[in-house]
Amino acid sequence: MTSPSRLLGACAAPAVAFFAAFWLLPVVRLFALPADKGWATYFAVLTDSRYLHSLLNTLGLSLVVTLATLLLGGLVGITLARSRFAAKPLLLSLLTLPLSFPGVIIGFFIILLGGRQGLVADLTEWLGLGRTTFAYGLTGLFLGYLYFSLPRAIATYTAAASTMDGQLEEAARSLGASRWRVAKDVWIPELTQTTIACGAIVFATSMGAFGTAFTLASKFEVLPITLYNEFTNYANFALAASLSITLGIITWLSLFLARHAAGPAAAGA
Amino acid sequence: MAHPRQLPFLLPAITALVSVFMLAPIALSVLAGLVNNYSTGLASGLTLRWISEVLDVYGSTVSASLLLALLSVVGCLLLGVPCAYALARSRSRWARLFEELLTLPVAVPGLATALALILAYGQLRDFRQSFVFILVGHLVFTLPFMVRTVGAAFRRHELLALEEAARSLGANFGQRFMGVLVPAVLPAIVAGSLMVFTLSVGEFNLTWMLHTPLTRTLPVGLADSYASMRIEIGSAYTLVFLLVILPVLWGLQWLGHLIEKRNG
Repeated sequence: MTSPSRLLGACAAPAVAFFAAFWLLPVVRLFALPADKGWATYFAVLTDSRYLHSLLNTLGLSLVVTLATLLLGGLVGITLARSRFAAKPLLLSLLTLPLSFPGVIIGFFIILLGGRQGLVADLTEWLGLGRTTFAYGLTGLFLGYLYFSLPRAIATYTAAASTMDGQLEEAARSLGASRWRVAKDVWIPELTQTTIACGAIVFATSMGAFGTAFTLASKFEVLPITLYNEFTNYANFALAASLSITLGIITWLSLFLARHAAGPAAAGA
Repeated sequence: MAHPRQLPFLLPAITALVSVFMLAPIALSVLAGLVNNYSTGLASGLTLRWISEVLDVYGSTVSASLLLALLSVVGCLLLGVPCAYALARSRSRWARLFEELLTLPVAVPGLATALALILAYGQLRDFRQSFVFILVGHLVFTLPFMVRTVGAAFRRHELLALEEAARSLGANFGQRFMGVLVPAVLPAIVAGSLMVFTLSVGEFNLTWMLHTPLTRTLPVGLADSYASMRIEIGSAYTLVFLLVILPVLWGLQWLGHLIEKRNG
């Protein structure tokens, strides 16, 4: 070992030691734990219909949320990148503010909108339709997940769309391309990388989202809540470990695949 | 989007609708925390009563969260900045592997990391019941952000030349590191610190699992108040959270603009 590399080793040593002790070692134990209860525990999420149901719920919800987020975030991002008005920087910073909110706050927001005392209940009562509530069901979860995903998508798409090549679009237009053709042939290809990267992050975050679902104490069971219940209510550690492994592998894999499909743009998990 | 002609109207309309969806709950929550009675609304008059009640009941979570976030920043600086330097300069395969591993806690849900920590160290009662347990979780989660931000700054070409020049003038590593390298990447260090601070103050998924009744952070207290208290208290508490986090976010944004301007 030469001197410079020893120096670098010494620089990295504290972080390596910390990470090994407080993440690697615990995770290795987490992986080993389900084996105590028999190898089948690893596959409980696939073999037990209750867990499988929860997994499919979570996958479906995350997928739909990702698609909705990409569509809305993309459209808003392109609009904001193209338009000029005085309040734009303020609007953009307000729209990205929720990035730093914990999931519980977003759950509470959904309760303010769709709970028993919510805004929508007041509105529908005023319209003579009775008090409509949606906070604690699938709709509430969907809107909550959408709420925490949109800021990232809006920020990413606004940045990506403002660096798009305007000449290409101009050329397409001057050749008589309709707006829809421009969108299809110019916008979508130029934003593909952004879409893959952002979609993977949104999907992974939705799969693992706990705070929002926890606040909404949902009737619609998602995997993080199932996992939490197994651990705290039933003290079923091996099973909770097995569910965490499943969840962790899915989120990691989606980010990993996106990174390899989209290149370095997706690294910002 | 079947009618292309509608697009120009459609786009601003969607943007307005999304903006209302994103901003209305924030406004609603701020308002609800400041009125006497939520169900009668503004007519019941404005008050700071709920805020002071929140500070009475949950004031300790605010200071605990601020302290945890500060300690997370300090920990990330001590562990992360030297590590970022090592990873930026090393060409070994082990360094790449470690960099890859280090970012895993960001990719994997906080619940899984928290569970692993509890299973591994839950038996150590003094550790388990102290704020240090939560701090460790926050450090594992925030470290990659610091390492990545600062590492990118260390990798800049002009910095390599600068370091080489300092070395040829006879500066030892300590002098080079503190006198040349750290000042050169200071904006990245500040940006990384603000990011770590924000992440730590808002962290819930990990913290909810790691906390005990005596070690509660702001988001944990929020979840508690949402579940058991009236809407005015929950809203006032949310307002307190915003007041804690907003200055940091504005600092982050301001710094971002500054760095952008400096680097052309």
